[in-house]
Amino acid sequence: MTDVKTYLREWAMPHVLCPGCAHGIVLRSFLNAVDQLQIDQDKLAMVAGIGCSSRLVGYVDFCTLHGTHGRAPAFATGLKLARPDLKVVVVTGDGDALAIGGNHLIHAARRNIDITVLLLNNSIYGMTGGQAAPTTPEGALASTTPAGNTEPNFDACKLLMGAGASFVARVLAANPMDMTKVMADGLDHPGFSFIEVISDCPEYFGRYNKVGGGAEMLTWMSVRDEGVAGPLAEKRFVNHIPIESVPSGMETGVLQREIRPVYAGVRKVEDHES
Amino acid sequence: MSQAQLIQGNEACVKGALAAGCRFYGGYPITPSSEIAEQMVRLLPDLGGVFIQMEDEIASLASVIGASLAGSKAMTATSGPGFSLMQEHIGYAAMTEVPCVVVNVMRGGPSTGLPTSPSQGDVMQARWGTHGDHPAIVLAPSSVAEVFDVTVKAFNLAERFRTPVIILYDEIIGHTRESVVLPDSIEVVDRVQPTDAPADFWPMIAPDDGVPPLPAFGDGYRFHVTGLAHDERGFPTNDAQVAEALVARLHNKIDAHLDEVIEVDTYMVDDAEIAVFAYGIVGRSAREAVMRARDNGIKAGLIRPVTLWPFPYEQVAEVAAQVDTILVAEMNLGQIIGEVERAAAGKAEIKGYLRADGEPITPTALLEAITPDKEGQR
Ligand SMILES: Cc1ncc(C[n+]2csc(CCOP(=O)(O)OP(=O)(O)O)c2C)c(N)n1
Ligand code: SF4
Ligand SMILES: [Mg+2]
Repeated sequence: MTDVKTYLREWAMPHVLCPGCAHGIVLRSFLNAVDQLQIDQDKLAMVAGIGCSSRLVGYVDFCTLHGTHGRAPAFATGLKLARPDLKVVVVTGDGDALAIGGNHLIHAARRNIDITVLLLNNSIYGMTGGQAAPTTPEGALASTTPAGNTEPNFDACKLLMGAGASFVARVLAANPMDMTKVMADGLDHPGFSFIEVISDCPEYFGRYNKVGGGAEMLTWMSVRDEGVAGPLAEKRFVNHIPIESVPSGMETGVLQREIRPVYAGVRKVEDHES
Repeated sequence: MSQAQLIQGNEACVKGALAAGCRFYGGYPITPSSEIAEQMVRLLPDLGGVFIQMEDEIASLASVIGASLAGSKAMTATSGPGFSLMQEHIGYAAMTEVPCVVVNVMRGGPSTGLPTSPSQGDVMQARWGTHGDHPAIVLAPSSVAEVFDVTVKAFNLAERFRTPVIILYDEIIGHTRESVVLPDSIEVVDRVQPTDAPADFWPMIAPDDGVPPLPAFGDGYRFHVTGLAHDERGFPTNDAQVAEALVARLHNKIDAHLDEVIEVDTYMVDDAEIAVFAYGIVGRSAREAVMRARDNGIKAGLIRPVTLWPFPYEQVAEVAAQVDTILVAEMNLGQIIGEVERAAAGKAEIKGYLRADGEPITPTALLEAITPDKEGQR
């Protein structure tokens, strides 16, 4: 196995992430997948939006595009269509991908653009200081939900399956081996692959909801197989919302995989064999 | 010699873009620009290019920027409402120095406004619509033939200066068919490529002309592109000096080469007492009005900027020093007139002929405005 540092811009360190943030574990697992597949470093482009998760692309030694909030799938679409020989990977957060960027994400999935999207879901807006996201569970505390979140949240994988994503998976940052395996599968998949990683934000979500620091959050997310929602209910920090209304049962693993035509834009047919 | 052809402004735009090397189009339908997309989808594939209809205008320009970083010359086209949505990425392209061309076929505003009527209401938005201090190159052709030339120029300037270039024309020019003879060959400019080996390459080190080389993603140069303030390595920084130097360079790379960017057409200004300042379709009406005024013995002239931004302050100042009055005619409630006042700096009286009702400004109306009444007043 190649030294993971081969894929890092060490000159760009130290990084901006807080101590204990799981986003770094996610990156490590991804780089292991890249290494497993022996992807040519010159032919891998990573495209991100805005957020702590999106900042990851600054530290990897590929061609990297740190775009605008939520728009990474649209940048990635142009990049992939103009250079089909590139492997294009989007790194995005739950706020980035599901709030401001929801439209771009579902259309990239619908078209079956041959890119891989890693959505690092920490149930909160980390970068801007812990505001509620479309993924914040009902009842959870965020800086903009001081009395507990009263909005229902998205199930990102169901949303993407509905949009027609040809590969949909969910993994936990607490299980790095699983992450690497599923990411390698997603990278290998011909067409749009979507991987929701249940990541965390000890700095805001963990602190506000008294879950604890990085280690506690990882334990907390892996208490039950179904992911975050169950343990969240168990933790019983939710005072004002009946516990029964907290959704539970988030499945992990590859949830959908099908082969369907890849969209490569309107072009001369012989151009898009890849 | 090429044959004369009867084509629309929007078609001339497509022909100019393809001649200049455009090989990617990402767009979203909107009147009165849609013909550009409809032609592009037919013509691009045979030239080895790619077309995609995106989910909105924000995504359209994002896809264009992505394609440009992949090495393709790329463009999008829209009108008012879509142009508003594109502002985010016009700023992103300016900050990241990604060449691209944005065409705005102007229609009446604000909001959904008058979708099928001409307007020049987006002149200030084209300059200042995106947040922060940024350079802007904005070109305004006034005929179908000039749409071709200006589109070629837009791509060349985008590549030359690594910057977004905006083309503004209105619904009339977009839809009018005129007989044009397109040039057999044109000058095409391509972005400069690095000479450093990939290992030594810092993407934001600029040579003396202020424009860093830009390799394509996938060509062996691995680098970072970010809309955050960044250093010469392309990496985000909060350092005030580095941020200031970056914003200064973004401006200077264009300001130091205004002769390559600014194009102004003047007509009979040498002995003029009154000059009409007009651009785009109004420039055509103004020329006709000046000709008729001359027939009537009135010493009138025309100053018609093809480049709206950077604004041709020097050229307007020269005319202001020669004439008594400059009549600024534009299809809005007064946008570029403020710049004319600034350029004239009191040397000439500035008057406006402004209308924003979706109706064109006619030669007859302008002739009347140029012609003094019995008391010699205008
Ligand atoms: C157009 C726009 N609106 C708002 C912001 C501010 N902003 C930056 S990051 C962010 C949220 C990021 O949250 P998420 O995608 O979940 O990433 P995380 O930091 O949690 O990893 C917001 C709202 C912005 N940069 N641009
Ligand atoms: S704010 Fe939260 S998401 Fe951002 S780096 Fe810190 S812990 Fe991670
Ligand atoms: Mg988040």
